[in-house]
Amino acid sequence: MAMNNQGRDSTPHAVTVDGEFVTFTGNKALQQEEALIFELDNPGAVGVDLEAPVTTKTRLGGVKTRASVGLPSLAEPDVVRHYTRLSQKNFAIDTTMYPLGSCTMKHNPRLNEKMARLPGFSDIHPLQPVETVQGALELIDQLAHWLKTLTGMPAIAMSPGAGAHGELCGLMSIHAALDARGESHRRRVLVPESAHGTNPATAAFCGFTVDTIPAEENGRVSVEAVKAKLGDDVACIMLTNPNTCGLFEPQIREIADAVHAAGGYFYCDGANYNAIVGRVRPADLGVDAMHINLHKTFSTPHGGGGPGSGPVVLSDALAPYAPLPFVVHGKNGFDLVEQAADAKGAKPFGRLKGFHGQMGMFVRALAYILSHGADGLRQVASDAVLNANYVLASLKDVMSASFDGPCMHEALFDDRFLKGTGVTPLDFAKAMIDEGYHPMTMYFPLVVHGALLIEPTETESKQTLDRFIATMRHLAEKAKAGDLAHFQASPRLTPRKRLDETQAARKPVLRWVKPAVPASAPVGVAQAAE
Amino acid sequence: MRYLPLTETDRSAMLATIGVDSVDALFRDVPEQARLKGPIAGLSNHMGELAVERHLSRLAAKNVTASSVPFFIGGGAYKHHVPASVDQTLLRGEFLTSYTPYQPEVTQGTLQYLFEFQTQVALLTGMDVANASMYDGATGTAEAVLMAARINKRNKVILSGGLHPHYREVVETTCGVMGMDIRAQAPDWKNAEDLTALIDGETACIVVQTPSLFGHLRDFTALCDAAHAKGTLVIVVVTEVVSLGLLTPPGEMGADIVVCEGQSIGNGLNFGGPYVGLFATRDKYVRQMPGRLCGQTVDADGKRGFVLTLSTREQHIRREKATSNICTNSGLCALAFTIHLSLLGEQGLTKLARVNHANAVTLADKLEAVKGVKIVNDGFFNEFTVKLPKKAAKVLSKLAERGILAGVPVSRFYPEMDGLEDLLLVASTEVNSLEDMDALVRGLEEVL
Ligand SMILES: Cc1ncc(COP(=O)(O)O)c(C=O)c1O
Repeated sequence: MAMNNQGRDSTPHAVTVDGEFVTFTGNKALQQEEALIFELDNPGAVGVDLEAPVTTKTRLGGVKTRASVGLPSLAEPDVVRHYTRLSQKNFAIDTTMYPLGSCTMKHNPRLNEKMARLPGFSDIHPLQPVETVQGALELIDQLAHWLKTLTGMPAIAMSPGAGAHGELCGLMSIHAALDARGESHRRRVLVPESAHGTNPATAAFCGFTVDTIPAEENGRVSVEAVKAKLGDDVACIMLTNPNTCGLFEPQIREIADAVHAAGGYFYCDGANYNAIVGRVRPADLGVDAMHINLHKTFSTPHGGGGPGSGPVVLSDALAPYAPLPFVVHGKNGFDLVEQAADAKGAKPFGRLKGFHGQMGMFVRALAYILSHGADGLRQVASDAVLNANYVLASLKDVMSASFDGPCMHEALFDDRFLKGTGVTPLDFAKAMIDEGYHPMTMYFPLVVHGALLIEPTETESKQTLDRFIATMRHLAEKAKAGDLAHFQASPRLTPRKRLDETQAARKPVLRWVKPAVPASAPVGVAQAAE
Repeated sequence: MRYLPLTETDRSAMLATIGVDSVDALFRDVPEQARLKGPIAGLSNHMGELAVERHLSRLAAKNVTASSVPFFIGGGAYKHHVPASVDQTLLRGEFLTSYTPYQPEVTQGTLQYLFEFQTQVALLTGMDVANASMYDGATGTAEAVLMAARINKRNKVILSGGLHPHYREVVETTCGVMGMDIRAQAPDWKNAEDLTALIDGETACIVVQTPSLFGHLRDFTALCDAAHAKGTLVIVVVTEVVSLGLLTPPGEMGADIVVCEGQSIGNGLNFGGPYVGLFATRDKYVRQMPGRLCGQTVDADGKRGFVLTLSTREQHIRREKATSNICTNSGLCALAFTIHLSLLGEQGLTKLARVNHANAVTLADKLEAVKGVKIVNDGFFNEFTVKLPKKAAKVLSKLAERGILAGVPVSRFYPEMDGLEDLLLVASTEVNSLEDMDALVRGLEEVL
């Protein structure tokens, strides 16, 4: 099939190629080919009506103005259609099960969206006088209260922008606490092999060195392995619990005690908090700091890559170092502490973000929390764990489960069941796409070969799980039956087939550049192929 | 519970399949003393939609919204009108409820808008390339400083006194812990600063801002030349991105890295977040960039498509050797930015910038006529510094009592510092009517 440089089919008048029906436009009914917004430029059109400036006088102090920006021009209908068509090229929780392990892709209630858009939350400025934003400060205070009570922890820092930023907040607090203790030589951070990449990256980002703890055969971290690494240069351990294999760390209390006895702190990666919310309080496990991804456990939408929000709960030992700003109960209602001098005995380690945190996400998370309540949140954890175990039990005879159950909120498989078939985990995942499922997380965690990490979440029904299980069994059997070609050619039914990632990295094209000769032909009209 | 589809019948059947008699049995790895027997005490139980709506609406009603009063607050976040189609379009579930695009065949929608976003950011800033977003402008600035230090392996950083204080603090916090030597300059409200003399062979980068915190406009061309002569990188920060519809882009001045707060386009005030950090640089520095990058490629049929690329810079591949720890960023805010900027287009953006400037000029002219009030700036875009005959914080409170949100007292950022108490930052955008401006003038006349 010939292509022009915009990726559109440029084969004129073709109705079949190799026996396959090909349309004139390249579209496939509901699946529309869509050019880049820049290629849809319609000079003279405008998508926003603005009133004329009230004056032409300028006060620019002599600095130069620019000639042009180079943006395309479109009217509103064309912009709306463009982005709507793009949306149709995405899988999403709203359209399919999205069992991406470690990501907690649960239903995103629309009540949350409605509440976040109340002008009383969305149309207030972070630098308004505090008397005019009492409801906003109260909301932050209420969410903080819920998160502290659920985790059993005495303090919280609300400002981090996502999970990794929360890790930074936790490690900076530890850094500050160690400096205050006069133990700035403690610069080694213990990170299990199974940890998410953000853990070692964050430790390095704070100037710590990373020391890796090897995984045990059973997917857990053993207290002996931790003890073997402890010493008076250890700042903390960063432990994920439940861990990235979907398992609760049974020796977590012993590990916490050992780290504390050696003078270190216990940072817990709380990305997987959904498995235990309302059933286990991290404080009872000896945690000193833990981030909570509001965009996982508390259902704020992931939005194709954020925004997130990563509040960090802190123990008494770390609480004084929590960053600015924070909300306090003042004489006349709520107050906002923005300066270290006003922190009354606390020693904030600094500031992590502009303004006060991800307010829009706080509103959504509180709407979700109030909807569930303490009883419903406990049920969330129960159902999330039940669903994952159901998937594990229903697939372990055809796929290779990495560890014996029970698991927590996610079920880990590896590629042993594909041995000898030639099918890779990637091929397997791509075949799932044609069946209408977003794949699970693949090749993570790194501690098993060819990991396939399935996290169904509590918002999938039994019917959905049964269909998913049947599909997975079908694909596993198809792989074992030797239908390698099927897997290698998958996906076939998507707007694009497998993409060449090697070329993308070797010759990076990271932006559109205006072609020398403008491409003026409308979609579907043939142009000379390259 | 409306969000939980499992019925009791389902649960029993599933437990039977698993071969345990209760969910509690699945939690057997949890230490006995940490297992809670029932819901956590002291918290409310589940609520219907109506009850939640009532509760949150009551909290929302306690806040004074920007649209309900004459409103002139800026200081790094700006009140603009966002077209209805921005929010309505990004609310499509396929955008809203999708994850980071790890599977490109089923996320071409997200990937293509990220590619468009990166292109728009590069065009606006006048740079070669941009990433797929940072948490916000402040965190992006700290990342830019770390990137500069990676590039020239130097340790000293000079922060302009025109830099937003939150950005300065985030740099001091984040880069300070890495042992960088950070030299923050005194607040430059008079626009008198010359950083050239401070640059030496140890200086990794200088961080400057235009319009500055105080609204001053600067051309950094000469500064960039002087810095480059010493091997120092220049990071230009823009906290009001609409200004780039009118003013010379930092790329044309010779900037090495440009960081912007993108909130003004597509995103509401939201009490400070979520916002979107824009991050752009030169081609030659791409491999030192933090964050995600979307790139163009072809699929198995040779059709154009998009993927996340150059991920060997990132934490999931490089772990402790990554250029940054960032993972989740500001995807949906980037989409809002992209849709709004697409609606504006070349003409719309230019006009929006001119309308903002015209409103600020009009307001400045009106305020100058008030006795005792001085405009500090020679030049400005849509925000300027006003010198009052009284303490700005007091004046601001009195105006707030009269239902006017007049600006940001500089003392809110620098409470300890003498000589700044009578300065007020005042912003005027396309949302301010002449009536709003007159209300501010009358209010000031009353309280001064
Ligand atoms: C185990 C784990 N830790 C940390 C993170 C980082 O969180 P975020 O993407 O919110 O920065 C993630 C999510 O991607 C994760 O799965």
